[in-house]
Amino acid sequence: MSGAHAHALHYHGHSPLHRAAPQVKLAGLVLFVLAVVMTPPVAVWAFSIYAAILVALVGVASIPPRFFLTRLSIDLPFVLFAFLLPFFGEGPRVDLGFLSLSSAGLLAAWNILVKATLGAGASVLLAATTEVSDIITGLRKLKVPIVLTAIAAFMIRYLDVIAGEMRRTRIAMKARGYDPSWIAQVGPLATAAGALFIRSYERGERVHQAMMARGFVGEFPAALDDREEIVRWWPAMAPVLIAWATMVMASLIT
Amino acid sequence: MHMPDGYINAATAVGGAAVAAGGIWASLRQSGRHLREKQIPMAGLTAAFVFAVQMLNFPVAAGTSGHLLGGALAAILLGPWMGALVVTVVVVVQALLFADGGIVALGLNVLNMALVTVLVGWLAFRVLMRVLPKTTGGAIGATMAAGFFGVLGSSTAFVIEYAIGGLGGAPLTTVFATMTGVHALIGIGEGLISGVAVGSVLAVRPDLVTATADLGLRRTATAPGRRTVTAFVAVGLGVALALVFFVAPFASTDPDGLERVAIDQGFSAGAQDHPIEGPLSDYGVSGLESDQVGTMLAGAIGVFVVFGLGLGLVSVIRRRRTA
Repeated sequence: MSGAHAHALHYHGHSPLHRAAPQVKLAGLVLFVLAVVMTPPVAVWAFSIYAAILVALVGVASIPPRFFLTRLSIDLPFVLFAFLLPFFGEGPRVDLGFLSLSSAGLLAAWNILVKATLGAGASVLLAATTEVSDIITGLRKLKVPIVLTAIAAFMIRYLDVIAGEMRRTRIAMKARGYDPSWIAQVGPLATAAGALFIRSYERGERVHQAMMARGFVGEFPAALDDREEIVRWWPAMAPVLIAWATMVMASLIT
Repeated sequence: MHMPDGYINAATAVGGAAVAAGGIWASLRQSGRHLREKQIPMAGLTAAFVFAVQMLNFPVAAGTSGHLLGGALAAILLGPWMGALVVTVVVVVQALLFADGGIVALGLNVLNMALVTVLVGWLAFRVLMRVLPKTTGGAIGATMAAGFFGVLGSSTAFVIEYAIGGLGGAPLTTVFATMTGVHALIGIGEGLISGVAVGSVLAVRPDLVTATADLGLRRTATAPGRRTVTAFVAVGLGVALALVFFVAPFASTDPDGLERVAIDQGFSAGAQDHPIEGPLSDYGVSGLESDQVGTMLAGAIGVFVVFGLGLGLVSVIRRRRTA
């Protein structure tokens, strides 16, 4: 909701995972989650291996389990849909006392729950061990077009400013005794959003003029980085290789 | 609306990512050098704006996060190409930095939330402006409709993806009815907010609204009136109900259902007297008529359950905040 949580997921540290090159971590994240998604849902043992890999990596990164689990709960509202499936699913039904649930729906619910949670866990791990600016650098090194990474960089730089402006607007509204029920909020909030857009855009114009005044010609200089980076692909890819081997095994067996 | 990993199978997700990449490439080509040299800071600031606006949750659905998608709004303010790029960046950053939406599903999320909302919203706006009066009031009305149809387009895209590669056990008609119902409500909220927001920009800096730049708008109302809002909500609900009740039954790709129709229409019409004993009882279809009514009812119940959950959740959060 309101409030800046731009860096809420980052956990400061100096582990090998923190120091690994962002492009390696990004590629590893995509490949790991791909293996998870491709695994047949009946292969329960495979998912415990994935979970073990994640737990091991959380340990390597020395992120407190509590921190990791609270950040993981972001996933919760999005899997609520999964809980409805056993009730609306088709096919043969399973009797659980007074409840009659669809077995296909149950399997689908398990499938969504476990894959969504593992995927979110892997994303949280990336966000926890990688600075925002490093993620942009990593995307750039993975050949994402510079227009996109540049927009992302500006967006992240000014996110706190814009979110702060929105928060101040809401506080100002409340300070003047404005506290309507939810449906009545829509009008004034939308007007505030329109004002926010004008402010954001005009700020963008000023930023651009300031950049031009300092000699900006459409290219961004590479940031100096004196930190030691681990750009070795193979050791970093070990968890991914284990995950893919597991997925292939699971697909062959079932 | 942020789809986590696991909803849709990997092949469909990768295919969706390829389509999304094609859309992004086209947008990059179209926005071209102009964007590269002049507008990156503006695009970035607008992306921050869309991101902030997406934090404006309005309680509609718990399972599908009822916040503003901002696709139609971005399209109307920035034009379709820039709008698509800006919302794409927002969706990607949400997935990578906030674990909001899946990683393998990221391509599908970009497709649904950035490309489809922007494209449908832009087309709806431009088509409607040919019919509506070329005034600021007309533009606000068109924006409201654009927001509504953008969201419905997005949810329809999800249902299509679910039909291709959904791993769920729920019947397609139920998914379609539920998604359309929930997103019609979200779309009404989206349309209202987009309309008011564009109206307030038209009032102060009409030059910033790309979609109306070539229309030469006459200035009338800069906020939707009570009658416009009522008409919009009524039409929105009507469209949603029409979709759920008339389109949903035909959206089923279930071959058993089709087979059943053929048999019912043909020689074994009499078998309906003993549906349980019939040769098709293995398929678990207990009469097409009641099955359709059943799925539609299930869809309607689903809408209310999700709506109620969302409402309850928000009231709890509100109470905890004020306490």
